[in-house]
Amino acid sequence: MVDELKIEQQKIWRILETVADPEVPVLSIIDLGIVRNVEIGASGKLKITITPTYTGCPAMDVINMSIRMVLLENGFKNFEIKNVLSPAWTTEWMSEAGKQKLKAYGIAPPNPKQIVCTTDAFQEEEAIQCPHCNSYNTQLISRFGSTACKALYKCNDCMEPFDYFKCH
Amino acid sequence: MNDPLIDYTLHLADNTLILAQRNSEWCAHGPVLEQDIAITNISLDILGQARNFYQYAAILLGDDATEDTLAFLRDNREFKNCLLVEQENGDWGKTILRQFIFSNYQYLLYEKLQHSKDEQLAAVAAKALKEVTYHLQWSSEWVIRLGDGTDESHQRMMNAIEELWPYVDELFINADYENELLADNIAVDVPSLKNKWIEKITSIFDEATLQIPQNVFAKTGGKQGVHTEKLGYILAEMQFMQRAYPNSVW
Ligand SMILES: [Zn+2]
Repeated sequence: MVDELKIEQQKIWRILETVADPEVPVLSIIDLGIVRNVEIGASGKLKITITPTYTGCPAMDVINMSIRMVLLENGFKNFEIKNVLSPAWTTEWMSEAGKQKLKAYGIAPPNPKQIVCTTDAFQEEEAIQCPHCNSYNTQLISRFGSTACKALYKCNDCMEPFDYFKCH
Repeated sequence: MNDPLIDYTLHLADNTLILAQRNSEWCAHGPVLEQDIAITNISLDILGQARNFYQYAAILLGDDATEDTLAFLRDNREFKNCLLVEQENGDWGKTILRQFIFSNYQYLLYEKLQHSKDEQLAAVAAKALKEVTYHLQWSSEWVIRLGDGTDESHQRMMNAIEELWPYVDELFINADYENELLADNIAVDVPSLKNKWIEKITSIFDEATLQIPQNVFAKTGGKQGVHTEKLGYILAEMQFMQRAYPNSVW
């Protein structure tokens, strides 16, 4: 019985892996660390707990809907998707595979060691590696990029602009 | 009906909604593309906080309340935002200064609110704190850049200080609903934030060659629902669709 439950849970995780982030479609919601828990209750009811990456992330509504759709497609009817804010999401929850996929997509992944972000003005900038040519000779253009989760950088070697998925 | 927790949650929600609405007026009007994106991103972050607070208030209120009815169907006197956030954008300097004043306050507020005995308010604050850190960093840099910039930009920052300082004190005066929630460690005691707030302002103003004005007559009332005429214009624009076409959806 316990094993069956485990197998069922693993199956659900694999199904959820097919749900892509609408803003960065190479990443699944599992890569991002958005899915926090998959639970099967005694009555067989499935409970999926997810957490937003950013407070104002407009993708969350779409992600909610996509999870609903993929579960229905796979024959699940009795389920609940629960949104929680705590504990707050951090870029540290992004999987290694996810970081590699980001880079291949042309977005610099968050630095592995989270640089503690403080309120101080004009801080020394983090060294961000260019996802195109791997140079560290890059410069910050704007702390706010194409979406709230990214900052805009420029590579001084290959001269290409790129997004950096900023530490959070 | 007058539940202090609901009033407090609405106050937190209204502060963020109205500021987000103001900042979003810059969309496509920013001084340069990168900064246009920055101010609208900040607007989006703050709007996200507003949604979290409204959703919680709607649960507390029950009945048919939703985040949308709270944002779109309440009148002027029901809004509990402080007067600062409803002030007009003015030039870039004034918008920056308002953001700096508010982010500095919000950072200190959320630092405390994340330990509130109310779990949901604590969760919203903890979640938003990193974002507010970026807002404070960004607005601090702009205050320095403009204050210590050209004669023109310095003068404009002085004008902005003169226009906005009357609205500072209200941030640090507890409303009734805040006082009622202090004993249970739900609300943050805002007067206790003021010293740290002044410290930060002073350090940034020193670098920006600006000064905190003295003996300013404080204007208050927003937290109790008594607003400047400006809020009416904001609501007229923001609520138009729901008023003209009730229950319309995207
Ligand atoms: Zn490069």
